[in-house]
Amino acid sequence: MVDPRRTATAAWADTWLGLDVGSDIALSNGMAHEILERGLEHREFIEHATIGFAEYRASLDSYTPQVATRMTGVPANVIGEVARAYAQADKALICWTLGITEHHNAVDNVFALINLALLTGKVGRYGCGLNPLRGQNNVQGGGDMGAIPHHLPGFQDITDDALRAKFERAWGASIPAKRGLRLNEMFEAIERGELRALYVIGENPLVSEADRNRASHLLASVEHLVVQDIFLTQTAELADVVLPAAAGWCETEGTVTSSERRVQRVRKLLDPPGEARDDLEIVCDIARRLGTDLGRPSAQQVWDELRTLSPMHAGMSYARLEACSGLQWPCYDEQHPGELFLHARLWEDPVRGPKAPFHAVEQEDPVDTLSDEYPIRLTTGRRLDSFNSGVQSGLYSSPLRRGESFDIAPEDAERYGVAEGERVRVSSRRGSVTVPVHVDPGLRPGLAFMTFHFDDVATNVLTIEANDPKSGTAEFKASAVRLEKLESPMQVS
Amino acid sequence: MPDVTIEIDGKAVSVPEGATILAACRAAGIDTPTLCYLENLTPVNVCRVCVVELEGSRTLVPSCSRQAESGMKVKTDSARVRTSRTMVLEFLASSVDVSLADDLQRQMRRYGAQPGRYGPPAPPPKADQRDASVAGHHDPPSGDAAHTVAQPVKRDNELYVRDYTKCILCYKCVEACGSDAQNTFAIAVAGRGFDARISTEHAVPLPDSACVYCGNCIGVCPTGALMFVTEHDRRAQGTWDPSRQNKGETICPYCGVGCNLEVSTQDGEIVKVMSPLESGVTNGHLCIKGRFGWQFVGKRR
Repeated sequence: MVDPRRTATAAWADTWLGLDVGSDIALSNGMAHEILERGLEHREFIEHATIGFAEYRASLDSYTPQVATRMTGVPANVIGEVARAYAQADKALICWTLGITEHHNAVDNVFALINLALLTGKVGRYGCGLNPLRGQNNVQGGGDMGAIPHHLPGFQDITDDALRAKFERAWGASIPAKRGLRLNEMFEAIERGELRALYVIGENPLVSEADRNRASHLLASVEHLVVQDIFLTQTAELADVVLPAAAGWCETEGTVTSSERRVQRVRKLLDPPGEARDDLEIVCDIARRLGTDLGRPSAQQVWDELRTLSPMHAGMSYARLEACSGLQWPCYDEQHPGELFLHARLWEDPVRGPKAPFHAVEQEDPVDTLSDEYPIRLTTGRRLDSFNSGVQSGLYSSPLRRGESFDIAPEDAERYGVAEGERVRVSSRRGSVTVPVHVDPGLRPGLAFMTFHFDDVATNVLTIEANDPKSGTAEFKASAVRLEKLESPMQVS
Repeated sequence: MPDVTIEIDGKAVSVPEGATILAACRAAGIDTPTLCYLENLTPVNVCRVCVVELEGSRTLVPSCSRQAESGMKVKTDSARVRTSRTMVLEFLASSVDVSLADDLQRQMRRYGAQPGRYGPPAPPPKADQRDASVAGHHDPPSGDAAHTVAQPVKRDNELYVRDYTKCILCYKCVEACGSDAQNTFAIAVAGRGFDARISTEHAVPLPDSACVYCGNCIGVCPTGALMFVTEHDRRAQGTWDPSRQNKGETICPYCGVGCNLEVSTQDGEIVKVMSPLESGVTNGHLCIKGRFGWQFVGKRR
């Protein structure tokens, strides 16, 4: 278990590596250094199925146990033990969540983990692999369906003429041959005055984006903002037009795709309230107003069209999804059982398709540097009973919920002279919030934790919009903040 | 996997190696009562209602945990089995409120169980008396009345109601809270003998315990002792009506695990969320968000 915080999961782990925030590459590279030093790499697999090993190997020279320990704060013997255990295990899996991907060098963090798996041959086999655990029930499916700037549905490259032509024939429309914008690029385009209308479906970016003051300013400056959601969210309150939507999981038919690539059916069990309508109907009506008649397709008809265009979904009829309780892509035809794991081709002789590349990556510290003025490292995340901006989860009573808090180590509570529940001002280089302190012995001195679940504490005022150039994800996991006592803490709300 | 063949009530039944006698009975279409057994939990062998007679065995054996071995000869409906099952059902029903335990009542009818023959229910103990029981000397009962496990309903949080007057001590909730699902260990069996009861540490209220409100204990409870506040309140108000309820399957709206939900609706509203046992994703278990986080749907109405 690798986490700067000693969470409930860390308490269950055989080994907990409480690394410093943003030192993931140093840890991975330090592990790789140890594996190579001990000769525990999988030489046959590296030779057979990978490219770029020599350059990768050379890049690890400086990540000696001493250096890795200095960079991560994890004792060298622990890094060594975990590295050896991983390399020597018959089967081992690396799973990660946003601690890896909400960084300015997110993709490099992932490359560092991929390198470890390639180095030890822990891919393409049952019980091995690399698994980003998804935080939403359909974040995987959204990308699979083409809600991503560079892919048509089924990971088909939008700049590939032949692939685009296939979709153009099916849709009877031309598709621009260029990738679209990521969310962070849209915000930049708003800033430059190039993007003047925004249509937001089922997202609450005012609350969920880093650097909330900037997000608020940019969303307010859009000439025309449309929000389609099941609630009048904080973002919807800024909108020129709000389109009330049905709840996708119980008021509409359709599919979602889980972390394990399992396409699963969601079903309409209730009628949506009032004027709320199925997203599919709303989108088709908007298309009609814009001059294109998409008809009134059912969710199943849309899915069946997708199956004709996306080979990896071709075998997933609604009947099979029902009978098999979901199917894992790729599933190429109606006899295909779906795939439990990916990349088995890397073990075929000869390797089918391209070999897997190592990517040499270097440790880079978080963008928002600690200083005398901002000495506390704030990392943000989620709590068990709540969900993202709290739009859904905020409406049930949870005995575990105690509202937002600035979680700090007992040592820091003593150092700053603050007590449990005392309201304090927390400031970063971008803004301030006032929030009660919670003392958490799972945190070490200098590390603080917050979430963005609660409307009364705008946590993302503090976070930094330092985006990964490849993924566009902001560094929510590493802000530099300071804590100040309030003059009369009880009177400030 | 090779099959093993055993004889049940004179008929040969083949099951895969490693299967239990219970699985063999079910494969042969023999209705075998179970209370503490559930497909997604480790058998704990406490209820003894699934016992069968095994040739060559001194005692009756619990079919839910005993593996079928080639050549076994099993009787499921002998006088000994019937007596044993009837006694178990009678003892439970004489001391526990089994009014919501539909399957247990069905088995009582089948075996002609008569819990009333142990006398009228004894007056309930004082509130919290059972929680305070410690192991040690106990006066023998007079025999005039049937002692019961009656105690006031525990309602100490917004999500669960614990009505241990209805608890048959099947241990399913303990298993689900522990290593079979949630690994939280908020509850365990406290006390000995008739004083045994499911309890948090030192009987503290749930919000002071390790409970994370996954509701997996409620998901496995066979008697309605553990119940969602929503269902409990509707029952109390007389607005819980299974005849007007529809059940449908969908996927949890929260994280990327993709837990299957079985959603009960009544009069256009969600009234209960469970997870099907046979779902391969989490085998019927959920977290607090999946189990309780649906209330936003109704709050738009």
